[in-house]
Amino acid sequence: MVEKILICGGTGCISAGSRALKEEIEKVVAEKELPYQIIFTGCRGLCEKGPLVTIEPEGWFYCNVKPRHVIRLIETLEEGKPYERLLYKNPNTKERSLTNKDIDFYRKQKRVVLKHCGYIDPEEIKDYLAIGGYQSLKIVLDMETTTVIEEVKKSGLRGRGGGGFPTGLKWEFTAKSPGKDKYIICNADEGDPGAFMDSGVLEGNPHRVVEGMLIAGYAVGASNGIIYVRAEYPLAVRRFKIAIKQAAVNGFLGNHILDTDFSFDITIKEGAGAFVCGEETALIESVEGNRGMPRPRPPFPATQGLWDKPTNINNVETLANVPLIFEMGSEEYAKIGTASSKGTKVFALTGKVKNTGLVEVPMGITMKEIIFDIGGGIRRDKAFKAVQIGGPSGGCLPSSQLDLPIDYGSLLEVGAMMGSGGLVVMDEDTCMVEVSRFFLDFSQTESCGKCTPCREGCTRMLEILERIVEGHGKKGDIELLESMAKSIKDSSLCGLGQSAPNPVLSTLRYFRGEYVAHIEHKTCPAGACANLTGDAILNGKR
Amino acid sequence: MTVKAKDIIPEQHSQAVNELLSKYQGTSPGALIPVLQKTQDIIGYLPKDAMIRIADTLNTSLSKVYGVATFYSQFHIKPRGKHIIRVCQGTACHVLGSDKVMNGFKQHLNTTPGETTEDGEFTLESVACIGACALAPVIVVDEKSHGKMSAENIGRLLDGYKNQSTDNLGETTHGIGDVVNEAQNK
Repeated sequence: MVEKILICGGTGCISAGSRALKEEIEKVVAEKELPYQIIFTGCRGLCEKGPLVTIEPEGWFYCNVKPRHVIRLIETLEEGKPYERLLYKNPNTKERSLTNKDIDFYRKQKRVVLKHCGYIDPEEIKDYLAIGGYQSLKIVLDMETTTVIEEVKKSGLRGRGGGGFPTGLKWEFTAKSPGKDKYIICNADEGDPGAFMDSGVLEGNPHRVVEGMLIAGYAVGASNGIIYVRAEYPLAVRRFKIAIKQAAVNGFLGNHILDTDFSFDITIKEGAGAFVCGEETALIESVEGNRGMPRPRPPFPATQGLWDKPTNINNVETLANVPLIFEMGSEEYAKIGTASSKGTKVFALTGKVKNTGLVEVPMGITMKEIIFDIGGGIRRDKAFKAVQIGGPSGGCLPSSQLDLPIDYGSLLEVGAMMGSGGLVVMDEDTCMVEVSRFFLDFSQTESCGKCTPCREGCTRMLEILERIVEGHGKKGDIELLESMAKSIKDSSLCGLGQSAPNPVLSTLRYFRGEYVAHIEHKTCPAGACANLTGDAILNGKR
Repeated sequence: MTVKAKDIIPEQHSQAVNELLSKYQGTSPGALIPVLQKTQDIIGYLPKDAMIRIADTLNTSLSKVYGVATFYSQFHIKPRGKHIIRVCQGTACHVLGSDKVMNGFKQHLNTTPGETTEDGEFTLESVACIGACALAPVIVVDEKSHGKMSAENIGRLLDGYKNQSTDNLGETTHGIGDVVNEAQNK
């Protein structure tokens, strides 16, 4: 069997130097005229330990690989043994793991959407075909469109962009809308700061998303597909461009796909730096060449979307799940997860946790397992304080909620939400008032300005929070924040405004004491706010 | 009435801009954002003249073009520096100290986010999130990202770019991130 050297080429590892590493490996392998295959893959997951290199078929998993390690790496490979010092070392037991199978970070994950990320060359369709790529499309093209939609409904797949709307139902709305000009839009805007799930999928296995879009197009009766990718993801854009070219050459895009009456084309639109364009109707406005300002709904995109035609918009991860449903069957798929949240969720685990990176877990796993088993616990063994889930639209979960199973419904009940998958872990040194100020600052900057509640409301809420962290909080500020939050949530035009107050409400719910300390005692219990003194007594009380 | 230098399409880019706009003559209004992106790729920013020409090309108004150009953070209507430094202000980067990195850059460059240094070398910007969160705090200089950035390493990074000797910085954290990484693992 051919020896393969898989070098992680996800954005994270590239930022850690994997391009230079790849060049060095290619140079040494060429000089020695060795018959090794070198593959630059997508994200392998454990970004903390990058650049990552995996040797197949042995599965040897190497961490923090630098160009200076390359000569010995190749020598040991020639000798048929692993390069010990590059193997992953468990920080607690100090034992080395040969493969990633016995690394805690990977053990509790269920990598099905990300299964091939890090193993295949995302720029080679033949790699995708070799793992069964486009087989689901073949199965689907033999089915009635209504049956395809039923299967997706039975699977229980819900939107992974944050809304959690049942995907099958969404497709059904668009399918039932009259008209023969329909659109499938893949929302790859991924604007939540701290989120890189979609980028991981697009960089690691773009054909999966192409296949998902094709199946969606067939099901709803659309022949035009658009993927809207944020400008800050040049690697994802590049790999997706290559994927659509290859798919077209191989007959998976264009007219009469696989000798059927189904035709479908995909074009790429790049975003221009506006978080609000992750909102469906703002995204549509942007594609139409306008300022990205949301539209009132109804009418919904399913009936009147892009250029007023029926449009189905799905998130990258949602579409990447679709071929899987037809590969496994909807019944098998529905066995994963909980009663109301089927399947897996990809999370970007970052912040003050030891193992940062891209993880995929079955719905129903607890936050504790994600942070402590997979994440390895808090850096420098500090105390866990909270985990932010759902980005600027979401909320934080304190230690009292660590046993919560991850599920769309259960998260809403505790004042948080699934969101797109960003999980930022915070420790005892993080000031939760400052965190809510940070998120509101973000939302206020990104507010499109169209509706008064969001434009004016977020600005006023931000002013109050800024006063508080600077030590000028006043009695009544908390009550004012709460009442403004309710008004803004109730009356904003779109999801940005409707969810912008969430981080404030959530931190007030679980960390009200910190607000009180800032306002009444002019102290910051975490010791983070520069103008306020830290307070050891309050620290102990937490 | 004086026309400011930043308002005209620089001579060296005229031909490329003409060629680009001739391809888009009379096309759908949906092309506005891609045209603005491609024009900015050529010139480096969007002078007023370019926006007037684009409005003509797509048969729309200058106010529409200006409205779109000023809505999206990717577009710039002022000239920029030779190197663009983007400091990520995403959540993970924030939690891991990106404000210290930004303050460090403000001091070293004696400029503020959105502005360019007097010598025209560097433009400093903040960006919401580039998706390399596991290596926070992250900065991007031109197309290269540098993970695990710290205020202490800014001087060395800037020297590297000024002297065009970025091989040791590359897209790696050679020295920069490694130093921080090693310190954190102690």
